[in-house]
Amino acid sequence: MLKIENLTATVGEAEEAKQIINGLTLEVPAGEVHAIMGPNGAGKSTLSYVLTGRSGYEVTGGSATLNGDDILEMDPEERAAKGMFLSFQYPVEIPGVPVMTFVRTAMNSQRKLRGEDEISAPDFIKKSREIAKQLKLDAEMLKRPVNVGFSGGEKKRLEIYQMMMLEPRFLILDETDSGLDIDALKTVAEGVNAMRSPERGMLVITHYQRLLDYIKPDKVHVLAAGRIVKTGGPDLAHRLEAEGYDGVLGEAV
Amino acid sequence: MDCCGGTDEHEDDCTEVTVKEGIDAKTVEAAKALESENYSAGFSTEIETEYSPKGLSEDTIRFISAKKEEPEWLLEWRLAAYRRWLTMEEPTWAKVRYDPIDYQEYYYYAAPKSGAKYESIDDVPKEILETYEKLGIPLREAEVLLGVEGAAETAATAREAPRVAVDAVFDSVSVATTFRKELEKAGVIFMSISEAVREYPELVKKYLGTVVPQSDNYFATLNSAVFSDGTFVYVPKGVRCPMELSTYFRMNAENTGQFERTLIVCDEGAYVSYLEGCTAPMRDENQLHAAVVELVALDDAEIKYSTVQNWWPGDEDGKGGIYNFVTKRGDCRGPRSKISWTQVETGSAVTWKYPSCILRGDDSVGEFYSIAVTNGRQQADTGTKMIHLGKRTKSRIISKGISAGKSDNTYRGLVSINKRAEKARNFTQCDSLLIGGRCGAHTVPYVENRRADAQLEHEATTTKLSEDQLFYARQRGLGEEQAVALLVNGFVREVLQELPMEFAVEAQKLLEVSLEGSVG
Repeated sequence: MLKIENLTATVGEAEEAKQIINGLTLEVPAGEVHAIMGPNGAGKSTLSYVLTGRSGYEVTGGSATLNGDDILEMDPEERAAKGMFLSFQYPVEIPGVPVMTFVRTAMNSQRKLRGEDEISAPDFIKKSREIAKQLKLDAEMLKRPVNVGFSGGEKKRLEIYQMMMLEPRFLILDETDSGLDIDALKTVAEGVNAMRSPERGMLVITHYQRLLDYIKPDKVHVLAAGRIVKTGGPDLAHRLEAEGYDGVLGEAV
Repeated sequence: MDCCGGTDEHEDDCTEVTVKEGIDAKTVEAAKALESENYSAGFSTEIETEYSPKGLSEDTIRFISAKKEEPEWLLEWRLAAYRRWLTMEEPTWAKVRYDPIDYQEYYYYAAPKSGAKYESIDDVPKEILETYEKLGIPLREAEVLLGVEGAAETAATAREAPRVAVDAVFDSVSVATTFRKELEKAGVIFMSISEAVREYPELVKKYLGTVVPQSDNYFATLNSAVFSDGTFVYVPKGVRCPMELSTYFRMNAENTGQFERTLIVCDEGAYVSYLEGCTAPMRDENQLHAAVVELVALDDAEIKYSTVQNWWPGDEDGKGGIYNFVTKRGDCRGPRSKISWTQVETGSAVTWKYPSCILRGDDSVGEFYSIAVTNGRQQADTGTKMIHLGKRTKSRIISKGISAGKSDNTYRGLVSINKRAEKARNFTQCDSLLIGGRCGAHTVPYVENRRADAQLEHEATTTKLSEDQLFYARQRGLGEEQAVALLVNGFVREVLQELPMEFAVEAQKLLEVSLEGSVG
C-alpha cells in the first residue's frame, strides 16, 4: 500500500522554490484504485513526480512509504525496482533506442537491483508479443525508437505496454486519457483493468470523469492547492463533472 | 559559418555507478572491469628497448633507415621530407590548445631489443603478449593469436567463418602477423610496411606518398621523414579479402613519438575491410603521434576503414595524454570505387584528424561516419574532406560529437565540388550532444561548389542531454550512468551500425567508459 502523510514539497531551485504540495495525506491500499481529480495547478503532476523522485522537486516535510519502505530517500530507479511506475502525461522521445531494447534494459536493471536473474531473450519476446497483441500494438512499432514519431494515442498505449511488461506493484497514471480518442481510451483502460489485482494499487490522476467510466475507482479524491480537500466514492467524480470544481470545492473549503 | 553551443550552468549531484546492460553480459563484465580501473590501459611493459639518438636530425633519419635496412631511394625520400619539414610551420588553425612541442625532446625510433622479427608467436616476448592480455580490449585478438597454430587452414574455411587477422604494432616494430598464409593463398599482401619495402619495393614505391604527398602538411611531412612502421595491404584484382584485417597500435616506450605509415591498395574490383584499434599506456609527458594513412581504390574497388581510438586522454587536469595529429586520406582513383571511413574517437588529449576522400574516379563514392567523444579536458578537432573531382561522385558525412566535462569538440569539414564534377552529390549531417554545462561543441562546415547541378544537403543539430529523457529512463529502472549510456548509444546509433559487429561492441563499451562520471 502507498501511504502518504502530511507531505509538503517544493518545485524549483533555492530562492525560486515554490511550495506546491501542502500537507497532503493519502492512503491507497493494495488492490484498490484511487482517482485524484483537481483543477489545473492543483499539484497533480507534481505529486506524481515527487512520488517517483524527479530532480527539481524537493520534499520539505512529511513521509511517503510503499509497502512500508520509505521511498522518498530512494533514487528514481530504486523506486522503480520497488515497483513504482509512472505512466507519463507526456511520454518522452528517445531517438535511436528501440522500444524493445529500452524495456528489456529497464526490466533487467530492475531485476538486478532486486537481486533477481535477468529475463531470457525468448521469455522476453514471448511476453512482449502477448502484451502487444492485447494492446493492439504493431510488432514493428516495438522495433522503432521509443516514442519517436508516435501519435499521441500510440504514446499512451506504449506507456501501458511498458507498465504491463514491468509488472509494477504500484501504478500512477498521469492524465493517461489526454489526447486519446474513445477507441484508444477503451484499449488503454482494458490494459489497466487487466493489471488490477489484490497486490497492486493504482493512483489515477485525471481532469475528467470520462476515464473513470472505464477504470472504475474505489475512491475519488479531490486535490486542490496541494492538499486532498475531499474524498468520496465514484459518485464524487460525477458530481464534479456536473457541478464543476468550484461548485464542489466551494462547499469543501 | 560557425555555430557554437555551450552553456554555463552546472549541476552537482553524484550517484554511484551502475552497470549497463549492453549487448550481452560479457560486455557488461568487460566494461565493469574497465570502469573499476578507470583506464586499465595505463601501464607500461618492461622490456628492453633500443632507441634512436634523441631528437631529430639527418642522423636520426639515417639511423632509422639503416635499422630498417631500407633501400637508398627510401632514405632519400625521407631526407627530402625532412628538409622540407625544416622550412614549414606548425599549423595553428585548429580549435585546440597545447603547449609547444619540442621536437628535439623525442625519440623517433624505439624497438624491442630482443629482436625485430618473430618467426612464430612463441618468439614474441611474454611481456608483449601480457600487455595485450591486460588491455582487455583485444579479447578477440587473443583468440586470433591462438589461431596462429591453425593458420594452415584454408582460405575457404576462413570465408565460412569470418575472422580477423591482426598485425600487431608494438611501438615501432611489427611483432606478430597472423593468418598470413591464408591471406597469401588469396593473394592478399598484409605485412608491416618495413617488410613490404623489402619484399615488394615496386608496389610500395608506386603508391607511397601518392595520396598524402610529402609536402601535404606539417605533420604528414614529419611522418614522411621519420615514419617507423605501419601496415601495408595490397588486395589484387577481383579479390575479396577473405577476412577483416586489423592492426592494434600500441605506444609503449616513454617519450617515443610514434609515426605509423599505413598504405592500403585495393586493385580493380577488390574489396577489403580494415580495422584499426588503439590503446596506449598512461604517461606523464605528452606523447606525440603523427600517423599517415593512405588508401588507394582502383576501378570498382572498395575499402572500408574502421577505427576505434582510445588513447590515453590525460588525467583529470588534462596533464599527459596523447597528441594525435593524423593525416588520413583515401583516393578513389578508379571509376565506381568506394572508400568508407568509420571512426570512434574517445581518446587522446588533443585530436587533429580529418579522414578524407578524393573522389577522382567517375561515379565513385566517399563516406565518413564519425563518433567523437570528449570528456575531462580533452580537445578534438575532427571531421572530413570530400573532394569531388569525378562525374556523378557521391559523398555522405555523418558526424556525431559528444562533449562532456570541460572538453571541446569541433567538427570541421570541407565539401568541395570541382568544375568537372557534374551532378555531384553530398549529404552532411552533424549532430552534437552536450552533457553538462561546461563543455563546448562547434561545427565548422566549409563548402566550395563550382557546379550549378550539384546537390548538397547539410543538417546540423546541437542538443543537450535532456533531463526529461534521463528521468524517463530512470523511472523505468535504469541507473543514471546506464541511462546516459543508453541515450548516448541511441544518439550515435547510425554510426555504430556502420562498424563491423565485434568492433561495435567494443565501441559501445568505450563510449560508456569514456563518459563515466560525466553527469552531475
